[in-house]
Amino acid sequence: MRLVILDDYDLSSEWAAKYIRNKIIQFQPSADRCFTLGLPTGSTPYGCYQKLIEYYRNGDISFKYVKTFNMDEYVGLPRAHPESYHSYMWNNFFKHIDIDPANAHILDGNVDDLEAECQAFEQQITKAGGIELFVGGIGPDGHIAFNEPGSSLVSRTRVKTLAKDTIVANARFFGNDLSKVPTMALTVGVGTVMAAKEVMILITGAHKAFALYKAIEEGVNHMWTVSAFQQHPRTIFVCDEDATLELRVKTVKYFKGLMHVHNKLVDPVLSIKDQ
Amino acid sequence: MPSNKSVSDAPITQFINCSILREHKLQREDLWVRGGRILDPEKLFFDEQGYADECVDCEGSIITPGFIDVQINGGYGVDFSQASDDVSGCVSIVAKKILEHGVTSFCPTLVTSPPAVYHKVLPQVKVHSGGRHGAGVLGVHLEGPFISVEKKGAHPEQFLRSFQGGGVVDLMETYGGLDDVAMVTLAPELAGSESVVRALCQRGVTVSLGHSVANLSQAEDAVSSGASFITHLFNAMLPFHHRDPGIVGLLTSDRVPAGRTVFYGMIADGIHTNPAALRIAHRAHPSGLVLVTDAIAAMGLPPGSHTLGQQVIEIQGLHAYVAGTKTLSGSIATMDMCVRHFKQASGCSVEEALEAASLHPAQLLGLSHKKGTLDYGSDADLTLLDDDLNVRATYISGEEVWRKDP
Repeated sequence: MRLVILDDYDLSSEWAAKYIRNKIIQFQPSADRCFTLGLPTGSTPYGCYQKLIEYYRNGDISFKYVKTFNMDEYVGLPRAHPESYHSYMWNNFFKHIDIDPANAHILDGNVDDLEAECQAFEQQITKAGGIELFVGGIGPDGHIAFNEPGSSLVSRTRVKTLAKDTIVANARFFGNDLSKVPTMALTVGVGTVMAAKEVMILITGAHKAFALYKAIEEGVNHMWTVSAFQQHPRTIFVCDEDATLELRVKTVKYFKGLMHVHNKLVDPVLSIKDQ
Repeated sequence: MPSNKSVSDAPITQFINCSILREHKLQREDLWVRGGRILDPEKLFFDEQGYADECVDCEGSIITPGFIDVQINGGYGVDFSQASDDVSGCVSIVAKKILEHGVTSFCPTLVTSPPAVYHKVLPQVKVHSGGRHGAGVLGVHLEGPFISVEKKGAHPEQFLRSFQGGGVVDLMETYGGLDDVAMVTLAPELAGSESVVRALCQRGVTVSLGHSVANLSQAEDAVSSGASFITHLFNAMLPFHHRDPGIVGLLTSDRVPAGRTVFYGMIADGIHTNPAALRIAHRAHPSGLVLVTDAIAAMGLPPGSHTLGQQVIEIQGLHAYVAGTKTLSGSIATMDMCVRHFKQASGCSVEEALEAASLHPAQLLGLSHKKGTLDYGSDADLTLLDDDLNVRATYISGEEVWRKDP
């Protein structure tokens, strides 16, 4: 694992965005060979999306040949609802960039046959050649996507009932009214993300610190599903100082000492203008 | 990129680099148009996997719904109340020129006239959509002749009428018909007006109170019967009095039926209404304010002397005087001037100033589901403005119909 620690939220968002930018440009995507990107929602990746939009506006990157697969979507929430993950992706990312609408894949939580939708999503990923880079976040209960504590670490895309912690954490988006928060979601499985070539987890804020500790300093455990990535060959955790508050000083010092190595991944930052 | 337009083949235009008036706020958002209507880009993206065929760079302009003028008597030498043989040609001249003021729809207004004039003119003015040829006609505004003799203003006294035949009969006799009529201004204190107000409202014609000496109670009765507008507030009505506010009192009346709004026209040219009076009205009832030009034939003509019909008019700046006198002969401000002046005089927000010329007139005419807003599905009648609210370009049904020379 690489643990990349930046001073604050903005710097960690920028580091992550530069990493994604370099990965896409190095891949040199084209009409026959798209770069496949797994994407999260929520407040953590917001800053990263803002930076990516900035890079697109400056002409340094294009998403024309990028295929995206979002991690999850609520069940039963109308797609046009401002809190649906479709709305989040449209307003915070898709509408600002040049992605081909046919390349943006998000699970549909309003179909009649939810299981078929999940299977179709897995097939779409396979058809696209697998995911090059899956970007994700972590819940306060250590979950990745909606793989709540107790989820199988080899699970695939399926319907999940949300844990109480998650519903409470999401209430702030529904006027703090617990009864308005969706109780089920479609989500990629831990196994689905593990199958990606590379995984990048964004973790910022003191409220995520305990989950980060459980994910990287304790064992692989289905109660803290992000811990599964200890067994992935290429995982990067990008976090801010606050998220490291529950880690051992030794761990933090070790990885901070490696920043000069980590920074080679984002410096120099590439641009399509130079191609 | 190949396109998958499952819903329509019509080209999609995306207006970028603009601030659009949506949900009562100016927001930095792109505006999407297809088939002459505002398009929901999120639905386009997810449902149709569609994208824009054409991008229009608005260079930082404000995009407002096109202005709607519900009281305009003519302009550029044209007087709608003249019984010419080519009325529709005359209306077209004005319709084309007012595009430059950001007006995309209007109600040609006829002042008090003899029945012969109505019988000749009205059949020639039809409701029709706007386009390159000019702003759309929403219907005629008939200001008179069923008005008060004491408040006739510039209307010719000999052609004023009352409802002596019983009401609706008089309407039909005078006007000849009500097809393509959007609004009628009348004085509610005239005997028999109640059945007329009800009959007009039933036909979908907006009833406006004006040129009247009605007291507040009579005005409220008319509103209960369906009247919903006040023609040029303050002008040609009894002044506000603290024990009987008259028609002006409708702005804060508690007898307006629930769910209904009384709208009121204001000529915000800085001349017809003192700015302090404009502010009082605005602060008392901001959501009812409708900017109108009440422009006369002299509007749009260059400074100097002009012969219009039987009169010689002298234009000096924004004032139009009867030649050789200081008597105002009518308003010659354009709608965009009124918007700018209203904002400056009232201190209101940009959004409020724009809505007074677009959303409120659309709501008044019951058209806000397709005009007066930039909501998804509305007609794409747009006015592009710079930060000082000068008109840069005008669009009707998504098509550019006027652009200012650079």
